Amino acid sequence: MCHPPLPASILVVLSPAIIIPAILNGLLTGAVYALVALGLTLVYGVLHIINFAHGALLTAAMFAAFFAYQFGIDPYVAIFLLAPAFFAVGYALQRLVIGPAAHGDDRNMLLVTLGIAVIIENALLYAFRADTRTIDVPYAFQSIDFGFTFVAVPRLVGFAAVFAVALVLWLIMTFTDTGKAIRAVAKEKVGAELAGIDVAHVYAVTFGLGTACVAIAACLLVPTYYVNPSAGNAFVLVAFTIVVLGGMGSVPGALIGGLVIGVVESLSSLFFGDSLGQVGIFLIFIAMLLVRPSGLFGARA
Amino acid sequence: MKAFTPIAVVVALFATVPLVVHSNVVLNFLVVALMIALAGQGWNILGGYGGQYSFGHAAFFGTGAYVTAILQVRYGVNAWVGFAIGIAAGALVGAIIGALTFRSGLRGSYFALVTLAFAEVLRISASVAPITGAGVGTLIKLDLRAQAFQFQSRAVFYWIILALVALSLAIAKLIERSRFGVWLVAVRENEDAAQALGIDVATVKSAAMVISGAITAAAGCFYAQYFLFVDSGIAYGTWISIEVLLTPIIGGVGTVFGPLFGAMVVKALGEGARLVTGDAPGLDLVVYGAVLILVIAFTPRGLIGGLAQARQWLMRRRGAEAHHG
Amino acid sequence: MSTCKFQLSRRRFLTTTAAIAAASGSLAMPSVLRAAGAPVKLGVLHPVSGALSYSGTQGRLGATMAIEEINAAGGIKSLGGAKIDAVLGDARSTPEGGTAEVEKMNSDGVACIVGGYASNICLATTQAAARYDLPYVVDVGVADGIVTRGLKNTFRFGPGFGVIAKTALDNLVKINDAAGKVAKTVMIVHEDSLFGSGLAKLLNAQLPSKGFQVLETVSHPTPNRDFNTIVLKIKAQNPDIVIPADYYNEYVLLARTMLQQHVRPKAIYSVLGGAASSYKFVKEFPDAAKGIMDCNHWFNPHSDKALALKKKVEAKGQFFTYEVYLNYSCVGLVADALERAASADRAKITAALASSTWSGHIMPYGPTKFVNGQNEGAAPCNTQVQDNDIKVILPAEFANGKAIFPMKA
Repeated sequence: MCHPPLPASILVVLSPAIIIPAILNGLLTGAVYALVALGLTLVYGVLHIINFAHGALLTAAMFAAFFAYQFGIDPYVAIFLLAPAFFAVGYALQRLVIGPAAHGDDRNMLLVTLGIAVIIENALLYAFRADTRTIDVPYAFQSIDFGFTFVAVPRLVGFAAVFAVALVLWLIMTFTDTGKAIRAVAKEKVGAELAGIDVAHVYAVTFGLGTACVAIAACLLVPTYYVNPSAGNAFVLVAFTIVVLGGMGSVPGALIGGLVIGVVESLSSLFFGDSLGQVGIFLIFIAMLLVRPSGLFGARA
Repeated sequence: MKAFTPIAVVVALFATVPLVVHSNVVLNFLVVALMIALAGQGWNILGGYGGQYSFGHAAFFGTGAYVTAILQVRYGVNAWVGFAIGIAAGALVGAIIGALTFRSGLRGSYFALVTLAFAEVLRISASVAPITGAGVGTLIKLDLRAQAFQFQSRAVFYWIILALVALSLAIAKLIERSRFGVWLVAVRENEDAAQALGIDVATVKSAAMVISGAITAAAGCFYAQYFLFVDSGIAYGTWISIEVLLTPIIGGVGTVFGPLFGAMVVKALGEGARLVTGDAPGLDLVVYGAVLILVIAFTPRGLIGGLAQARQWLMRRRGAEAHHG
Repeated sequence: MSTCKFQLSRRRFLTTTAAIAAASGSLAMPSVLRAAGAPVKLGVLHPVSGALSYSGTQGRLGATMAIEEINAAGGIKSLGGAKIDAVLGDARSTPEGGTAEVEKMNSDGVACIVGGYASNICLATTQAAARYDLPYVVDVGVADGIVTRGLKNTFRFGPGFGVIAKTALDNLVKINDAAGKVAKTVMIVHEDSLFGSGLAKLLNAQLPSKGFQVLETVSHPTPNRDFNTIVLKIKAQNPDIVIPADYYNEYVLLARTMLQQHVRPKAIYSVLGGAASSYKFVKEFPDAAKGIMDCNHWFNPHSDKALALKKKVEAKGQFFTYEVYLNYSCVGLVADALERAASADRAKITAALASSTWSGHIMPYGPTKFVNGQNEGAAPCNTQVQDNDIKVILPAEFANGKAIFPMKA
């Protein structure tokens, strides 16, 4: 804000005792961002649209994880229920709503996803009001002492889970027929169609995979975050940045982009404060779009 | 001049409303709807005619609102002068964003994202910068005098916003009939082909963005004068970016009356949904979302396009019947 | 039953209450019904949809409960037992939404409006009401701009921002002095909108002269995804006291992250802390909430009426939040004004409000006294989370607990 930092605070901030934990924290936070971004970039890579309903779907999944816990299902167990369920939701949305409504026009697809976002968010608001809900898992406050810092157990679990998901995704894309079809459509839609690939089905599968990513991210977030009808939005704006940074459509790009943004955010919060740190993220975003829209890892658009 | 007759008729009809209806509830509703129609017309110039779908028109709305408010409150500038400068500031922001994005050749999803990011940067900056009153916002003092651009009567505000809407309709019509408008539509339909035909695509799009920014900023200036309070969430919030694109798309994208028609329909639907569902927070917005999707699915040129389709269909049917008879 | 009532539309609510009133009147004593004055319409305006819908719904609950009680106790006696008719309105969490509702309420012919909740909504709605000389009682809206604009129709029953901040500072010094001045350094963590940044500014200006060193002031946006870096900073600075000024969600995240990182200052002392004096927070995260102090709106814990209301609200499955008892009190204030004005005339109600000396409320305030629309009798309380409950520790006359400071590590 308008208060110049005192010299003492600069010294404190520059000491490795705080910079190293801050970087570690950035990596842990960034991993979850990466997972949200992964779903977004997958959809972009194949359908060539930004899915504006991504945040609303994340919120919906967070509610699902919250209610699963009310029935005694631990969020980490809920992953195995919610990921398939949200895959189905995503598949149906693309197959039954977005695809038919957009008539194949990219601009229309953007708008339809926006419409879906508005519907989901406000339906949640109607059903659950703006109350903030939290769950209190027994391990929420357990942390591991690394000597120089404490790391909360749920955050470590999240970090590991993100890489597991990325691995599974890579396996699907590389070794399954569906994965090959997805890559074919992403590269050359018309050619793939001529080769007999059902493009509408591939689009829907991709959208489903993206939505499943969001469901997993929700399960990882719920133990330490809160749930309300706009909770998902906070993560999606940053996911946009990551997708652009990593290159729209690039899976490894999203992963590395997520970690980079996590660290940048953590460090800029340290040096400039969180308010301006947010501006920093968006400035990177804009600069990236203007200078190299294909991202650090993406192929030239 | 004949081309402007429909505009004159519609505006004249609207102008008589306060003479017939004295309910301030209705007037307030119409003032807000017209304000959204004005902002939506700004979006329509760039998005409807030019095909550049901005998801961050709050950047212009907010700039207009803040400039008007800050000039009056901090620098003692006359409200009317502040209003004019606010519009100019919106045009300037349009020029800057246009120069940055169109020179880099951003389109489609990329353009949507970059406009969204600009609006967010402005929102966050406004929420921390001392000149905007940071988080506290800027409050214009209640001073019900014409020279302060404040009026006791809602009707006066109504006529002012109606005049601005009329002006925006005329601008849209002028663009539609000009060479510039032809270029703009060419860019929308096929950018590469337009380029090949020798149209300076980046300049055409930038010019559209300047006009678009100025019109949407005018709505923001009006907001500040009408509600006398601006903060970062109101000025640069995503709500306005969404409403502003919703109205022309529902009404009729790339048509002169689309935003006006869309704003009336959307606002009336919202009120209607609230009446029917009673205290059902959020349901009115669910209706917005559903209408948006339905319009895109079934009448790609918006409700106005849908009406035209329906009329053609009826005429064809009547023609067929006549033929049979 | 009564919770269902709030799901009904405004119109249905009006007709049902009117029907019930008419039915019970005509059955019991038809003569009184004829003699009773026409019901007085009272606008109850809250953001019950949108981002603020939780607070708005709580506020509406408080106001409607007060109206029910007043009507059950025989209505406004000076108006022949006239009942109060609630005209419920939804400000949709935006200033425009609030303004539109004021217009509706005005044309519905309400005598007075209570509510608004958020400062930016109150700024717009009081002004819209001022156009019609319609008296308006602000329920929460702490921004001082609301009552310093010279609007004759606007009254705020609760304390404003300036008073709360000043009390918070004075009480911090008091608590620290009583413990032998153990704390010398503070760190401020605040959200960057209206109340957080305003407060940080005030604290930075005032704390040094009170013998505290401000080590650092950290601002963050709302929502903020992650508090780990901020907590790392707190850990590195190691202040004696952390002063958070955040809304509920961020407050909870901050407190939880501090617990995860094993950061335990001598005190967490908040001002209008979003979660610090919230029963919900204490119930859901007793460990994170333990020992937190707050300077905030609070009810008078010695008032039997307040405790009875608390029981009633909790019986409905709701938390007894400040929105509830502030709105409950504001309606009481209006009823008292109606009683003295003996009229539903707006000018007379405004005059009666302006000269109010009402003391039948459940707040830890003295008698009501409006100066330029602000109740000079209003003051915040200092609370502390102790034994999974929230105790008032200052001012002494209303206290039901003693400050535990410094906190045990």
